[in-house]
Amino acid sequence: MTIQLSHYLLLSAVLFSIGVAGVLTRKNLIVIFMALELMMNAVNLSFVALARYMGDSAGQVIVFFVICVAAAEVAVGLAILIALWRHKGSMHTDALAVMKW
Amino acid sequence: MDSYAAQIVGILPEILLIVTAIFAILLDLLSKKEERSWVATISLVGFIGSGIVSVFLWNRVGFVFSGMVAADNFTAVFRILFCFIGAITVLVSPEYLRERKIRLGEYYPILLITVFAMMVMVSAADLLLFFLGLETMSIALYVLACLDRRDSRSTEAALKYFILGAFSTAFLLYGIALIYAQTGSTSYAEIMTALIVLPLEVVTVAGVGLLLIGFAFKVAAVPFHFWSPDVYQGAPTPITAFMSVGPKAAAFVALIRVFTISLESLADIWTGAVFVIAVLTMTLGNVVALRQQNIKRMLAYSSIAHAGYLLVGIVAGGPRAIAATSFYLVAYALMNLGAFTVAMLMNRRGEGDYQLDDYRGAGFAHPLLGVTMAIFMFSLAGIPPTAGFFGKLYLFSAAVEKGYILLVVIAVLNSAVAAYYYLRIIVLMYMTRAEHEMAAVPSFGGYTLTLVVTSVLVLLIGSLPGGLLNLLLAALP
Repeated sequence: MTIQLSHYLLLSAVLFSIGVAGVLTRKNLIVIFMALELMMNAVNLSFVALARYMGDSAGQVIVFFVICVAAAEVAVGLAILIALWRHKGSMHTDALAVMKW
Repeated sequence: MDSYAAQIVGILPEILLIVTAIFAILLDLLSKKEERSWVATISLVGFIGSGIVSVFLWNRVGFVFSGMVAADNFTAVFRILFCFIGAITVLVSPEYLRERKIRLGEYYPILLITVFAMMVMVSAADLLLFFLGLETMSIALYVLACLDRRDSRSTEAALKYFILGAFSTAFLLYGIALIYAQTGSTSYAEIMTALIVLPLEVVTVAGVGLLLIGFAFKVAAVPFHFWSPDVYQGAPTPITAFMSVGPKAAAFVALIRVFTISLESLADIWTGAVFVIAVLTMTLGNVVALRQQNIKRMLAYSSIAHAGYLLVGIVAGGPRAIAATSFYLVAYALMNLGAFTVAMLMNRRGEGDYQLDDYRGAGFAHPLLGVTMAIFMFSLAGIPPTAGFFGKLYLFSAAVEKGYILLVVIAVLNSAVAAYYYLRIIVLMYMTRAEHEMAAVPSFGGYTLTLVVTSVLVLLIGSLPGGLLNLLLAALP
């Protein structure tokens, strides 16, 4: 059996779903960050596979942009997390419950 | 638009903002402490300059950079609006920052970068460029929301904003990937032509759905609104005012460009979904706003409800509805900035209080605040002769023209509910007695100027709405 486009896209969809499930169910903020990165990278996989399949380099260029953006995003995210750690001394989502409704 | 210089002219307002931001960062680093107040002045000059350049670009340029950037009149309108919002935010910030002892030179440069990114979002004619603009804006906003580091609520708000923002971005990106898979392009125009001939497939529908989820998060539409009340309450108030109008308008303009233009051939599929989201958004926003005791949270839920009204324009589609949506965005920006400025001024009692009870008897104690707040509340409630009334009128009549009677009936009923909590503030201000002594309100030129300018513009647009509407109709893409 050869590996076809559909296999890549399926893998990408599965990874994305694992990422979504991780963000929604996990309680540790670091693990949530990891799940967010997984979602982004799942999409990157789709882009690369599609670009290769269509013979269009635009898809691969998009991946570079997405990687840069994700790196910038996580840098800010971790900085915010450190600020939260200084206030609450916790990395748990329960630390985020001062404001509700 | 062949020559390189002409292309550069097309993005001159953006370039000006970025240059100002870099200059402001350097100035903050290299100058002495007492000279740093210049950073605010320079940012203000940057916003005004960029706005003036945008005015001059009216009717001058079209698509530049191989069709990546749409520097058309529609973009120009929102560039001007964003520069106005940025300038107002700069005007209300210095006093607030001084009082909270937030001495950060980054504040103004990051604000400039956020407005720059909003401009990129509205001028994008390609999903990739739109994505970059959206992310630049979001990342800058996470930082701005977190700026009051000593207040744990600010940090908490920023983290919630970050997690849900990144989550929604991933959905949006997946939507872009699926649309790219179907059409082989990320350009709005090419997607539009490709979708007309392509047979409808599950992948396309999934792509449109994911894009819609991403957008719904960004404009805080139900059921993707959880982040907004917490973020609005926790973030520093000038930033909340900015966030509630600027990024929301940018996201709506991008939504208009993507959905009512390039995905128009799929309108049958997404109109139903947007219809349901619009109804849920305005109903939940208004009902929950009724029982809020904190003015920032009340305005947050009111902002959710307004997103619902704006979605009515997206459902209706067509030039009149798009012009009406843009009109509403302008009106909403003016009245909400004003309302948040009053909220900022009224809150003098300790850290982050913002209780509605503070407004008891305030109308007589602070005449300017009372009168302007009354104007903003009338406008938000949609009572003539204010900009908010004509915004709703144009929006709902455009929807009726297209036959969405049920949607308009629900929207009008919602406006009636909303009138209760807006008018309650006026009742508190003028018809109740203060329970304790009024706190002193700082006199600062920026605040007064903001209140006067926004309230005069709300009334002016409310008296002569035709001019703005015709301008927007002429600017449509």
